[in-house]
Amino acid sequence: MIEVKKLVKRFGLKTILKGVDFNVQPGEFVALLGPNGAGKTTFLRILASLSRPSLGSVKVAGYSLPNESANVRARLGVVSHLPLLYPDLTAEENLQFYARMYGITHHASRVTDVLNMVGLEPRRRDLVRTFSRGMQQRLAIGRAVLHDPEVVLFDEPYTGLDQDASEMLDEVLRSVAAKGRTVVMTSHDLARAEDLATRFDVLSRGVIAASGTRDDFKNSNLLDFYRKALEA
Amino acid sequence: MTQPSPSFLKAVFAIARKDLAAEFRSRELLSAMLVFSMLVILIFNFALELDVKVRQSVTAGVLWTTFAFAGTLGLNRSMAVEKDRGCMDGLLLAPVDRSAIFFGKAVSNLAFMLLVEAIVVPLYAMLYNETRIFQWEFIGVLLLGSIGYIAVGTLLSAMSVQTRTRDVLLPILLFPVAVPVLLASVKASGGIVAGLPLEEILTPLNLLIVYDVVFLAVSYMVFDFVVEE
Amino acid sequence: MQQKPIFLTILDVLSIIGLGVATYFALVYAPTEAVMGNVQRVFYFHVGTAWVALVGFVLAAVSGILYLVTKDMKWDRFELAAVEVSTMFFFITIVLGSIWARPAWNTWWTWDPRLTTAAVTELIYIAYFMLRAGIEDPEKRARFGAVYTLLGGISAPITFMVIRLFRTIHPVVIGNASAAAQGGFDMTPNMLTAMFIALGAFTIIFIDLMWHRIRIGALEEKVEHLKLKVSM
Repeated sequence: MIEVKKLVKRFGLKTILKGVDFNVQPGEFVALLGPNGAGKTTFLRILASLSRPSLGSVKVAGYSLPNESANVRARLGVVSHLPLLYPDLTAEENLQFYARMYGITHHASRVTDVLNMVGLEPRRRDLVRTFSRGMQQRLAIGRAVLHDPEVVLFDEPYTGLDQDASEMLDEVLRSVAAKGRTVVMTSHDLARAEDLATRFDVLSRGVIAASGTRDDFKNSNLLDFYRKALEA
Repeated sequence: MTQPSPSFLKAVFAIARKDLAAEFRSRELLSAMLVFSMLVILIFNFALELDVKVRQSVTAGVLWTTFAFAGTLGLNRSMAVEKDRGCMDGLLLAPVDRSAIFFGKAVSNLAFMLLVEAIVVPLYAMLYNETRIFQWEFIGVLLLGSIGYIAVGTLLSAMSVQTRTRDVLLPILLFPVAVPVLLASVKASGGIVAGLPLEEILTPLNLLIVYDVVFLAVSYMVFDFVVEE
Repeated sequence: MQQKPIFLTILDVLSIIGLGVATYFALVYAPTEAVMGNVQRVFYFHVGTAWVALVGFVLAAVSGILYLVTKDMKWDRFELAAVEVSTMFFFITIVLGSIWARPAWNTWWTWDPRLTTAAVTELIYIAYFMLRAGIEDPEKRARFGAVYTLLGGISAPITFMVIRLFRTIHPVVIGNASAAAQGGFDMTPNMLTAMFIALGAFTIIFIDLMWHRIRIGALEEKVEHLKLKVSM
C-alpha cells in the first residue's frame, strides 16, 4: 500500500531524511516511533503529498508522488497535531465543506455517519471554537476519514489531550483501523502505540533504524526495542 | 477502485462559500475593514480639507487609497485563518488542482472587498453629496480594479503569511506591484466623476483589463510554487 | 578554496580601465552641450547605469522563471546577483538623473512616468530583499524570490504605461520627443561616441560585478555546507 525507496529530503543544506526505505502492506497499522526532530512529521508530510521528496521514489496506494498526487490525495486521510478545522463553522459545516472538496455526492448521510462514529452527533450544530481539544481532535479524525480513504496518516494525534480524551481517541482510532485501512501513526508515546499498532518502526537520524511486528514483542518489551534502535 | 473528485469549479465555490459562511458568523474581517475605511476617509477629510473644489479632483484618489488599505487588512486576515490552524494543509490535501485554492480564496477576498465598497461608496456619496459616483461606468471600474488588486493580493498574501514578518510584509510586497491597477483605477474613475466622455477613459480602462487578465493568468500559473514545500 | 578564475581578474582590470576611459570621454572628449552646459555630462553615466540596471532586471525575471522550471539553485544565485547589482546601478541612475534635473527642470524630482516608474521599480526590488530576509528555508526563499521578480518584471512596464497617462516632461533623447519634454538636445557624433563608450564600459563593469556576486553566492553556500559538517 505504501512503498518508499531511498527517500531523501533536504531543507536547504540540512538533510532530514537520509535514504528511508519503508513498505506497508494493506491493513497494517504501523507506529512510526522516534525522538523529536527525527523527521517523523517531514516523512508523513511527504507521504501526504504536502512536501516533495528531494530524491527517491514514493508510492502510495499504487500511485507515485509527486506526479500523481491528486490520485494519492483522493485515497488518503491525514490527521495532524493541528485540527485543520475552521473555528467559525459548526462541526457539521466543517465536514460538509470537506465533503465538497472531496467531491462526495449526497454528503448529508455521510456527514451524519461520521459524526456518529466520532461521537459528536449531539454537538453537530455547535461552533468548533467551543469544542475542547479532545473533541476537535475527534472531529479532525472524522474529517480525515470522510471520503473513506484506503490509507490514513496520523501525526502525533495525542498531542495536548488529557487522559479521558486520549482513551476516547483510542476507540476512534481502532474503529478507523478496523475497516481494513492501512494506518501509519507517528508517536513518541510508546504505551499508546503499543496498544494500537501491529508493527513498530523506529525513525532515527534520518533512517529507519529498526522494525518489528507485534509478535516480536511477546516476551521483551517495546521500550527496550526502542532504546536499542536509537543507540544503534 | 475509483474515488470521486470534485470538479474545479465546485472546489472553487466550496472554498468561497466556506469563507463567506464563516465571515457572516464572526463578521471579524468585514467589520475591521469597514471601520478602518471610515477612519481613513475621516483622516483624509481633515488632511486634505475636502471642500467642494478639492473633492472634484481627489474623490477617486481618496476612495482607492481607502480600498487599497482596507484590502490588505482583509487579505492578511483571510490567509492567516488558513495558515494558523493548519487549514491550508487541509485544502492542499483535497484531490483538486491547487490553483482551485487560489481562485477560491480570490473569490471570497473579492466578495469582501466589493461588500466594503458597496457600503463605503454610498456613504461617501452621502457625506459629500457626490452623486456622480452612481454611474454604471464607475461601478465597472470598481469591479475591474478590485479584481486586479485581489488577484495579486491573494497570491502575495499566500506568500507573506509564510514569512517571519507576515502581516507587515504584505503591503510592502503588494503596493509596488499593484501601482498600475491602483493608478489606472484612479484615472478611470476620476474621469468618470469629472464627467469626461467614455473615449477619454478608454486607455486606463484597457490597461486595467490587461492588468487583470495578465495577473490572473500569472497567479494561476505560479500559485503551485507558492504553496508547495 | 576555489582559485579566482584568471578571466575574472582580467575582467576586473578591464572594468577599471573601462571606467577610466568612459570618464575621460564623458568629461573631456564629449563637447559641452550648448544650452545646459557641463551638467549635461552626467547624461553619459546616467544612460550607462540605466542600461545595465534594466538589462539586469530582465535577466533576474528570466532566471526566476528558469529557477521555477529547473529548481536549480544556481539560477537563484544568478537572480539574486542580478537584482542586487541592478538595484545599486538603478539607484545611481536616479541620483545622476536628479543632479541633471536640478538645473534642467529646476527641481530634483518630478513625478514624471520615467521617474515614477524608476522609483516604483526600485521599491519592488527593495521589497524583494525584505521578502527574502523573512524566509529561513533556502528553497522557499528561492521560489518566492523567483515568483516576486516575475511579478515585478511584468508590473513595471504596465506601471510605465499607466503613469504615461498622467503626464511627462522627461526628454526622449533617442527617438521622437513629445512636445512637453524639456531639456532635450540633439546629439553630435562625438556625444554619441561618448555615450556608446559609457554603455560598453558599464556593460563590462556589470558583467564583472555579476560574476563576483555569483561567485560569492556559491562560496557562501560552500561555507554553510562546511559549517554543517563541522557541527555534526
